[in-house]
Amino acid sequence: MKLAFQLAYKNLMGAGLRTWLNVGILSFAFVIIIFYNGMIDGWNEQSKRDSIAWEYGYGELRNDKYNPLDPFTIQDAHGVLPKEKSKDLTPILIRQATIYPHGRMMPITIKGIDTGQKTLQLPTQKLELSNAEIPVLIGTRMAASANLKEGDKVLLRWRDKNGTFDATNITVAGIFDTNVPTVDNGQFWISIDKLWEMTELTGNATLFIANQNFTPLKLNGWNFKTQMNLLKDLNDIIAMKKISGSIMYLLLLSIALLAIFDTQVLSVFRRQREIGTYIALGMTRRQVVGLFTVEGSMYSILATIVGCIYGIPIFVFMTKTGIGMPSASQEMGIAVAERIFPVYGAGLIFGTMVLVVASATLVSFLPARKIAKMNPVDALKGKLQ
Amino acid sequence: MKKILYLFLLPAFLNAQNTPDGADILRKVDKNMISKTSISTSQMVVHGRRGSRTITSKSYQKGEVNSFSEYLSPAREKGTKMLKLDDRLWIYSPSTDRTIQLSGHMLRQSVMGSDLSYEDMMEDRKLEEVYNAKVVGEDTIGGRKTWVLELSAKVDDATYEKRKEWIDKERYIPLKEELFAKSGELLKRVLLSDVEKIDGRWYPKKMNYKDMLKDGEGTDFIVDEITFDTDIPDYIFNKASLKQ
Repeated sequence: MKLAFQLAYKNLMGAGLRTWLNVGILSFAFVIIIFYNGMIDGWNEQSKRDSIAWEYGYGELRNDKYNPLDPFTIQDAHGVLPKEKSKDLTPILIRQATIYPHGRMMPITIKGIDTGQKTLQLPTQKLELSNAEIPVLIGTRMAASANLKEGDKVLLRWRDKNGTFDATNITVAGIFDTNVPTVDNGQFWISIDKLWEMTELTGNATLFIANQNFTPLKLNGWNFKTQMNLLKDLNDIIAMKKISGSIMYLLLLSIALLAIFDTQVLSVFRRQREIGTYIALGMTRRQVVGLFTVEGSMYSILATIVGCIYGIPIFVFMTKTGIGMPSASQEMGIAVAERIFPVYGAGLIFGTMVLVVASATLVSFLPARKIAKMNPVDALKGKLQ
Repeated sequence: MKKILYLFLLPAFLNAQNTPDGADILRKVDKNMISKTSISTSQMVVHGRRGSRTITSKSYQKGEVNSFSEYLSPAREKGTKMLKLDDRLWIYSPSTDRTIQLSGHMLRQSVMGSDLSYEDMMEDRKLEEVYNAKVVGEDTIGGRKTWVLELSAKVDDATYEKRKEWIDKERYIPLKEELFAKSGELLKRVLLSDVEKIDGRWYPKKMNYKDMLKDGEGTDFIVDEITFDTDIPDYIFNKASLKQ
């Protein structure tokens, strides 16, 4: 086997530019696979972390009638949970309202939250510290779309529990910046006590956010969604992205493998005398097939080495600076940070190495099988077979 | 001394005798404004920053809860239909050939850029059923003498807690309405004019709605033709009629 490696190495080096072209394109495929998957994994980790910190906490206890995808349900989806059952839970009451910034009319969702909560990263303490009569928190996206800044007053119109209109001025007590647009777009955050007073829905909540100490209970009229349930949509999007991305890099890998395959076919055809000599010198056909296969798979080993030489500095640079995402992607409703920091796990790197080496070995072996059927005398004569 | 006292009190007494009861006024207003059925062709003139747009429509209304409208012009809106059954509202758009039920945010959006929201269009209960009324004064609007009424909700689910109405003393038609939030904030103002007698009842053919929280001149609603209490087949108030 050692001899096979030595011979393969010498043959590859002897082939010169042809070898380096094959190695170049294979190493490019290798780097692209790791880069793309690393970026998706980085996005996955970041969005999960941010979604948990800003929106989901350790799960949501939702009112049975509440369906976040159906705005028809918001009107009646609220209920009261006994105090002893609401330990380790942060109540959120959701209502719909309209704001009138600069004489324009904008429908919004108003969310009442316990200002003393520590489960979510929302800076609700700003609501406690504000001297305004009705202080609210908004995100940067909401602030941009309504053209509001900290300290601005805006008229809010809402309906109480019976559907009667009420309206008053509210003050923007703080603007938070988050990567999770689902707690920002079209939303105003307010103290739940204030919202109870405004809507006459004292004690009611649409959902509760669990903290890490919460133990799920079976409660009539309430439905607990675990963190895993809540992250399912995000996981599905990421899985879909991985599959769609794999088409691109598998295409690239196929081109590289096709080049190796062609090289092998050509080698078997042109090096018949050499094959005949090996057999004449006492090598079995299997050993000769092995030699040619090792030669082919050595392209992939060289490709991983070359890929590491120029890939590692790029990957290190990317993990430090991150990859800027277009601002439009942050309006899509899924958690995307302004910069994604790729994550390159050992599993990803070794998995990609195995994929590249195994596929290169396979495509090298396929043309080399022909050697097993060769007549050694004809091979020595260089007769076409 | 007594005579002098009578002389002072008499005008006030006579005035009290002449001032009708608020509930009576509301009843008469409802009689004019609300009918069993109506079929109308109207224009909605939306005054925007860049000019005005006119949208014409034909509407069918039955009872207090069912209505059906079809937009006739401009070309962009032609064929758009709106159906309201109880507290649900559907819109059919011919360009997408789809019917959608409006809810939440969408209900609070303005109708074709006007000062009316879809939920405003869904308010159609009799004033008498919802409000207690008190005559608080008299005023003159457009040369017509009016009673000024303050209305306060007597039911929990009134859309506006308070209203102020200027009711024509002779024709029992509101000539001006102001609608207030619970906090007392003025939300909407409606000016009604071009009052005509149609099918034995007085009816204002022009209404100007102004959302007081928004900039702009408001929206004019002009009734070109209206007939009251004519038979309307039931199939009109059906979701299937949206796609016809």
